[in-house]
This record gives sequence, structure tokens and C-alpha cells, in this order.
Amino acid sequence: MSLPSAYTEAPARRFNVGDRVAVKAANPPGHRRTPHYIRGKRGVIERVCGVFPNPEELAYGFNGEPKRVLYRVRFQQRDLWANYSGSARDAIELEIYEHWLEPA
Amino acid sequence: MKHHHDHSHDRSFDEGPTSEYEIMSRAMQELLIERGIITAEEVRRRMEQFDADFPYRGPRVIAHAWADPAFKARLLADGKRACAEFGLDLEAERLIAVENTPDVHNVIVCTLCSCYPRALLGMPPTWYKSENYRRRVVREPRAVLAEFGTIVPEHVAVRVHDSNADMRYVVVPMRPAGTDGWSEAELARIITRDSLVGVTLPKV
Repeated sequence: MSLPSAYTEAPARRFNVGDRVAVKAANPPGHRRTPHYIRGKRGVIERVCGVFPNPEELAYGFNGEPKRVLYRVRFQQRDLWANYSGSARDAIELEIYEHWLEPA
Repeated sequence: MKHHHDHSHDRSFDEGPTSEYEIMSRAMQELLIERGIITAEEVRRRMEQFDADFPYRGPRVIAHAWADPAFKARLLADGKRACAEFGLDLEAERLIAVENTPDVHNVIVCTLCSCYPRALLGMPPTWYKSENYRRRVVREPRAVLAEFGTIVPEHVAVRVHDSNADMRYVVVPMRPAGTDGWSEAELARIITRDSLVGVTLPKV
């Protein structure tokens, strides 16, 4: 498999583990890796995954530059679904690119 | 390969009527075969090659983690590096191992397509790719788990991991009671694929 070998650390980043963030409620066209169900929701940075070529560019045959910092963000299920019936501690985690996140 | 997510952009594994993409895919294959550009035999061989390229190796790694707490700690810290140390090259896959504990149960999904730790677990099962699983497990994980026969007690938090971008995930289940003194080979036999996705638990 010949995949981009551009997986690097992310020393220059906007957020750190524990920071409260909100996912942008944007609705741009095209290939996006931010699921609709999480847009506009608030969560907490769980880990920094590193720097990756931007999939929104790779999808259209570009080289993915500039690369983007990818975060793992934890959301509480009860903040996502109005009628969530499970435990108050139930959570969901997703990978969100930095340009989709704002401080919250 | 510019488009490197391991999803297929088809929905041919979903239940329900044949999708537009499935029809297009079949029509294209029939045309290519009819024109003599590919053969059905080549298609079959390529499917077999997927299995050969992505063998199912997860249980050995998890059994080793159960037997060696220091290795488990390294696996949880950096899945790809720990697998490399164990002799498994995950190639481009970045792996996050998530540990089940008495307080947390983990389950993996890819809501956008069917991203799956293929370098570790081989090709994903059909249900993993189904629209039904992908849509529901994020909204009602406890109900979906119950359908797999896994009842998670209220005091245990369910943590769903959406494999929606560049990382891949594997669950490290809890080692069941009654397995003291078992060899890693014996342990590996009770570690099922579904338990590494988090929809079931290993049973003695």
C-alpha cells in the first residue's frame, strides 16, 4: 500500500487535552469527515492524534496540504440526543480536525 | 492511491432493496467482463487477495496484552508501535486500543463508511458495514449491544468510538475469570472478532 507517510507530531496546535471545544455548525458541500450528528455540539479534547493530510483535499486529488491537526474529542451522549436513555456517563468519541473546532 | 480511506462508497451490504451504487457496480463489472477487459476469475482472485493481504491477527495481540501487563500498557499508549514490537506491521494504519474496565465498555463503529482496523482484524463483517449498525449504535448503543447478547449494566459507562477519520480502533476486552494459568494460545481462542469490535465479551 502506498499511503502518505506524513503522520507527524503536532507541536503547533490550538487545543490541548482537557480543553472544552465546540464543533462548527457549518454545512459546507463536499467530502467531509465530520459527521452531521456532531456538528454544533460541545465536547472535550481527549487526545491529540497528530498531524494529517487534509482529507477534504485528498478526496479531490489534491495533496492534502496544508496538513491539519487531528483531535480525539469526547462528547456526552445526553448532550447529543434529546431522549438518550442510557447512563449519564455514556459518551461518544470522534476524530475532529482542528479547522472544525472552536473554543467553548 | 489518492483516496485512501478504506471505504467503498457502496451500500451493497445493507439490508433492504438494491442500492443505486450496487446496481452501477454490478453493471460495470458485467460490462468489463463482457468486453473481455477483466474476467470473473480475476475478480474472485482479487477478493481472495484482500483476505491474504489483511490476515486476522488481533487475538494474538490481545492475548499477549492479557498475559503481559507491561505490553498492554504499551499497546494502550501507542497501538501501532506495540504491534510492531510484537512483529505485526500495521503499515499505514494508526491504531488506538481502548480498554474495557469494570467501569467502561467500549464499542467501535464508523458512521461515515466502514473504516475498520483491517491490518489487524482483516476484512470487516457484513453487519459492521450495515447502515442499521452504523446509524443506531451511536444513538442507542445499549439497545444495539443487547441485540448482540451483551447487556451492559447501568453502572458501566458505554463509550462509542466513531472511527470517522484517520485512526483505527480495537477494543481490549477484560480477561475473563477462570483463565488463570492459560497459555496465550489458549487465551487467543476465546478472543472473538466481535469482542474486539466491542459488541460481545469473551467467554470461557
